[in-house]
Amino acid sequence: MVDAAEVIVEIRELSKSYRRGGQSVPVLENISLTIHEGEFLALMGPSGSGKSTLLNLIAGLDQADSGSVIVGGVDITTLSETELADWRAGHVGFIFQFYNLIPVLTAFENVELPLILTSLSKKERRRHVETALQLVKLADRMDHYPRQLSGGQQQRVAIARAVVTDPTILVADEPTGDLDRGSAEEVLKLMERLSENLGKTIIMVTHDPRAARRAQSMKYLDKGVLANAPEATLAECF
Amino acid sequence: MLLKLLLRNAFRHKLRNTLTVCGMCIAILAFGMLRTVISAWYAGVAASSTSRLITRNAISLVFPLPISYRDKIRAVEGVKTVSYGSWFGGIYIEEKNFFANFAVEPKTYLELYPEFIIPVEQQETFLRDRKACAVGAKLAKRFGWEIGDNITLKGTIYPGNWEFVLRAIYAGRDQTTDQSQFFFHWDYLNESLKKSAPSRADKVGFYIIGLTNPDLAARTAVAVDRMFKNSFAETLTETEKAFQMGFVSMSEAIITAIKLVSLVIIVIIMAVVANTMVMSVRERMGEYAVFKTLGFGPWYLTAMILGESLVITCLGGAIGILLTFPLARAFGQAVGDWFPVFNVARETIVMDAAAALSVGIIAAVFPAWRAIRVRIAEGLRRIG
Ligand SMILES: Nc1ncnc2c1ncn2[C@@H]1O[C@H](COP(=O)(O)OP(=O)(O)OP(=O)(O)O)[C@@H](O)[C@H]1O
Ligand SMILES: [Mg+2]
Repeated sequence: MVDAAEVIVEIRELSKSYRRGGQSVPVLENISLTIHEGEFLALMGPSGSGKSTLLNLIAGLDQADSGSVIVGGVDITTLSETELADWRAGHVGFIFQFYNLIPVLTAFENVELPLILTSLSKKERRRHVETALQLVKLADRMDHYPRQLSGGQQQRVAIARAVVTDPTILVADEPTGDLDRGSAEEVLKLMERLSENLGKTIIMVTHDPRAARRAQSMKYLDKGVLANAPEATLAECF
Repeated sequence: MLLKLLLRNAFRHKLRNTLTVCGMCIAILAFGMLRTVISAWYAGVAASSTSRLITRNAISLVFPLPISYRDKIRAVEGVKTVSYGSWFGGIYIEEKNFFANFAVEPKTYLELYPEFIIPVEQQETFLRDRKACAVGAKLAKRFGWEIGDNITLKGTIYPGNWEFVLRAIYAGRDQTTDQSQFFFHWDYLNESLKKSAPSRADKVGFYIIGLTNPDLAARTAVAVDRMFKNSFAETLTETEKAFQMGFVSMSEAIITAIKLVSLVIIVIIMAVVANTMVMSVRERMGEYAVFKTLGFGPWYLTAMILGESLVITCLGGAIGILLTFPLARAFGQAVGDWFPVFNVARETIVMDAAAALSVGIIAAVFPAWRAIRVRIAEGLRRIG
């Protein structure tokens, strides 16, 4: 079924290195990868293998050294910083490990935040926010501030914020990394639902085999290159 | 929403930001007070007229001129009225009760100072009674004097106890009018001197010249001084404004020091507010990274940080400005003897506001620049 769908993200020979103390340290080397529309991809690998770096490049948060990232037909490696910001606002939904909600804004306002940059009227925004919050089953908590919510609830608000603009791709960097088992389970179920029922394309970095098990496919990154996952990891995941 | 956000951010760190607002408030208050002192200093100049000339002894103000000059000055072209008087320098009970007191030719003096407003019947009795004196409303209030009171001044330049009857209390035409003068009949002084110290009689400290037309000021002043050139008492004639300026400029160094201090206060508070903003922004670097991630550009970040900074400085500034008025009034009452006019000028308020705004803007520049510059990946990393 994956093969039948359209390619939504295409990565070609992507390389990235960081400069550290005068010398450049390669983090990603010649990565090529395609992701199809509606795919739920788990990105795994040991710590420091470059997972977050790759995710940031796909999401247009960082600039590559060479290679290209084409998302929905747009080569984002050719965009300027400002163009990239506008592109992110319209095409990417972000879910972070530490939720990253704005503490002085209520759940409702946090979800509304990305819509501020759109041309939607206040009323339309309200409708979108309510729909998104209903989706994550937190409509009754919309006037709560982040500190009044549990970690799992905060992450669900963050998911609502990520989907409220109906982005082309959703990126998640260890979304369950800071949650207890029960909350993690809830968040994963939610992401699964986004993928299966709503056809969202999701790219999720994770260490957690249980999380990877929810995804349809898995890629393993080791020392900056895509590799075959070790048997142990595979066994845990499937 | 952005407004809500920056307001909430401004009061997020309650103690720190309340202290900063307090600091801002006190700084603006101090700034406003110092500026008010300066404008009080210049108030005499502002109120003084360019249509009046003051003629005095060319050597120094302390040397007198003969009374015989009066008729000669009156004959000069452009001169309408001539009044004259002497600095009396009397003390009321004790030295700390300082106020300006003059012996003047009362009729012409009142003609030349239409800004001193006296009820007609008081004016009549004041002019009729040789021992009469007139005082400004502010001075009368200060000592609780009422019409008909006997007032004794102890002479310093002219020894002895001098007795006066209060016959007139003048009000000022507007706020800038000096309402703390004390003046009485020059004749009263002169006749006593004729008996006690004949050599000092028939002398005046200064002439005040009313002009037919203010445009003639320069020409008339030159004409008067030329007339007495090479006489035993040469004169120096200048506009009242220039005369007052001469007084003020004597203290120019002090004024400059006060101005400098007021500026230093603003610079210090600027550093304090900037420090607060730097701390707040550093703590929230991760949040700004989130905003950037969501696609908010540099202008949004600048608006948020600048807005927050302005909320702090404008709030502090507004409270400071409001407090300036009661404080200036209290201060004015306490030092009324030295500053006959002590009001918060509109320029002072404008400067206060300008100072608050510029502090807010400058304090936000560096943190905003930092927030804009930090790379998203790095900003997000800080949260972890
Ligand atoms: N800004 C940076 N400057 C220098 N080196 C960096 C920077 N960001 C990441 N690196 C390095 O790049 C490598 C990959 O980092 P990355 O964060 O992508 O790893 P990761 O796979 O996400 O690890 P983890 O599972 O621990 O999150 C690491 O060795 C890291 O030290
Ligand atoms: Mg990572």
